[in-house]
Amino acid sequence: MGEREEEMEPLLCFPAPVSDDLTQVLERAGYPWKAVSRPEHAETDEPEDGWSGAVISADGDAQGAFALCRLLRTREVPLRPLLLLIAPNQIPELQLREDHFDDFCVLPVRPEEVAARLAHLFWHTGRGLRPELIEHGPLVLNLETYQAAVAGRVLDLTYMEYELLRFLAARPGKVFTRETLLSRVWGYEYYGGARTVDVHVRRLRAKLGEEHAHLIETVRSVGYRFGQGNWAP
Amino acid sequence: MNHQGEYVLRTVEERHIRFVQLWFTDVLGTPKTFSITPAELENALEEGMTFDGSAIDGFSRVQESDVLARPDPQTFQLLPWHPDRVPVARVFCDIFNLDGTPFEGCPRHTLRRTLDRAHQAGFTFFAAPEIEYFYFADADPSHPPVAIDSGSYFDLTTSDLSSEIRKESVLTLEEMGIPVEHAQHEDAPSQHEIDLRHTDALTMADTVMTVRLVLKEIASRQGVHTSFMPKPLAGVQGSGMHTHISLSQGDTNAFSDPDDEYGLSPVAKRFMAGLLRHAPEITAVTNQWVNSYKRLVNGYEAPVHVSWARNNRSSLVRVPVVKRIESTRIEYRAPDTACNPYLAFAVVLAAGLKGIEEGYELPPEAATNLFTMTPEELAADGIRSLPGSLNEAVVEMERSELVAETLGEHVFEWFIRNKRAEWGAYKTHISQFELDRYLPML
Repeated sequence: MGEREEEMEPLLCFPAPVSDDLTQVLERAGYPWKAVSRPEHAETDEPEDGWSGAVISADGDAQGAFALCRLLRTREVPLRPLLLLIAPNQIPELQLREDHFDDFCVLPVRPEEVAARLAHLFWHTGRGLRPELIEHGPLVLNLETYQAAVAGRVLDLTYMEYELLRFLAARPGKVFTRETLLSRVWGYEYYGGARTVDVHVRRLRAKLGEEHAHLIETVRSVGYRFGQGNWAP
Repeated sequence: MNHQGEYVLRTVEERHIRFVQLWFTDVLGTPKTFSITPAELENALEEGMTFDGSAIDGFSRVQESDVLARPDPQTFQLLPWHPDRVPVARVFCDIFNLDGTPFEGCPRHTLRRTLDRAHQAGFTFFAAPEIEYFYFADADPSHPPVAIDSGSYFDLTTSDLSSEIRKESVLTLEEMGIPVEHAQHEDAPSQHEIDLRHTDALTMADTVMTVRLVLKEIASRQGVHTSFMPKPLAGVQGSGMHTHISLSQGDTNAFSDPDDEYGLSPVAKRFMAGLLRHAPEITAVTNQWVNSYKRLVNGYEAPVHVSWARNNRSSLVRVPVVKRIESTRIEYRAPDTACNPYLAFAVVLAAGLKGIEEGYELPPEAATNLFTMTPEELAADGIRSLPGSLNEAVVEMERSELVAETLGEHVFEWFIRNKRAEWGAYKTHISQFELDRYLPML
């Protein structure tokens, strides 16, 4: 099952350089990460599949840090999870910014606390090192047991249907072309060619049922996207 | 164990599946199955299950009767009509010889081999069949079939049993990931049609097997018999499996050309030319029963002549008018629903590919209704007929290198022997027609 572990994209860390304590936490827990020194680099340095989350410290450039949080959370698909590190005197600053982060730690950080909070956050979003669950609205994928359910109803998927749904659901809001999906999900020459993707999407929609078929959106003349734009998981 | 196998094993465990049905198909298109328990599944996935093939149509050989069924984990699927307390799943199998080589009598291999040829030429073959069938009160051959409704084409009937059964069947298919484009009452009483969305041909052949089983299964719970007999009732339409066909090259439809008068690319035209030229040879496969030829007669929207046209439903190949050029396709109207879909798709594709390879020229569109033309007029236009009986079809097939090559020597030879035997049995039968007509008179 090697392929799954490779799939975690780096965490965004701000600002660079990252403190020794935080570096140690991230390395020890095995999260890939990448630090950026300026808020706008969060866009330009973003990996193809997007950041897997963010750890943002407001201790130095507070204005830049809060601006970055807002930027990441007002994207079409808000970046999650986002852990904010703040100095004790910044606690009042959190007011009215509650939706710009998922959790926070007060500096100086205790490494175990940051690790525990990150693990907790990743458990909720279903991404990261132990992606047991992917939840998106009514859809739940259990990656350990290969089971998928929508609105509590277990879906009976074939292997490729499951793999396609897993790939898309782990990257909500991102548009993929048929070729990308074919190479990333099938990964080999297949009888169906790129139109196989259409066929599998149709099958998945049929199984999701009319009510939930819209979870996989067709983006005209481009490809497919999971989840609606502006619709947070 | 690969990913797919692991997925299957884990699902069996999680869903508490009690039995896994291994599905495969004999040469005549009859579904075959045996069940294994989850305990045996891992071994089946890794090594296959050995069984004696000698009793299965088209599987018997002189030296060796044992063959190996290897599940194709991609086709693993829960069967929604089994009760929740005893969940049952199915998986399609490929059949192998004990030495691990593909078994020559396995229709899935036959189709896959032809698809590989298309693939090497850069083409993917898509098929979308329309499945026509009847609902009858029972399957008792001692009396004529009894229709369970009296509706006709597109009728909106009020809560009758057959519409209920059809609706439930469509829902079951959707649950199994088989999207239905369209379902409707057909022309004849108790005749219905389910149109499937296109997929690659191997998946579609599996799907046709599944659809036939689901339609029978769901109806039988209401005590109703689903029949795919090509022409069960005289005087009304028979059940065809008009199949919409397209080739794609990467992401593009290889059949479409927006600048062409018909919207057809040179590839499409050569494919059609191949299909038309070889149509008489492949008819024994697409229409494999004595009864199939009672459908291929004048007057019931079934093809009789080898011709193509845009909107003429009497033609063998029809080019439907499409709204979007990506949907460009042709419709082959000969096959009936009682064919072996693997072999039928294989010979249709092989005929089309031959046309592309050899650069056949497409004859002109048949302008008028061919049914109103006299035999002399047809001959003058060079329009041939499809075989008029199973016997004629087998004679055509026997001469065909294309069919022999496509089916492989084992299937080709067995099929012809089997169909000769069927024709022989039919030929010596004295029918009601003869008694009614001749006994009082002669």
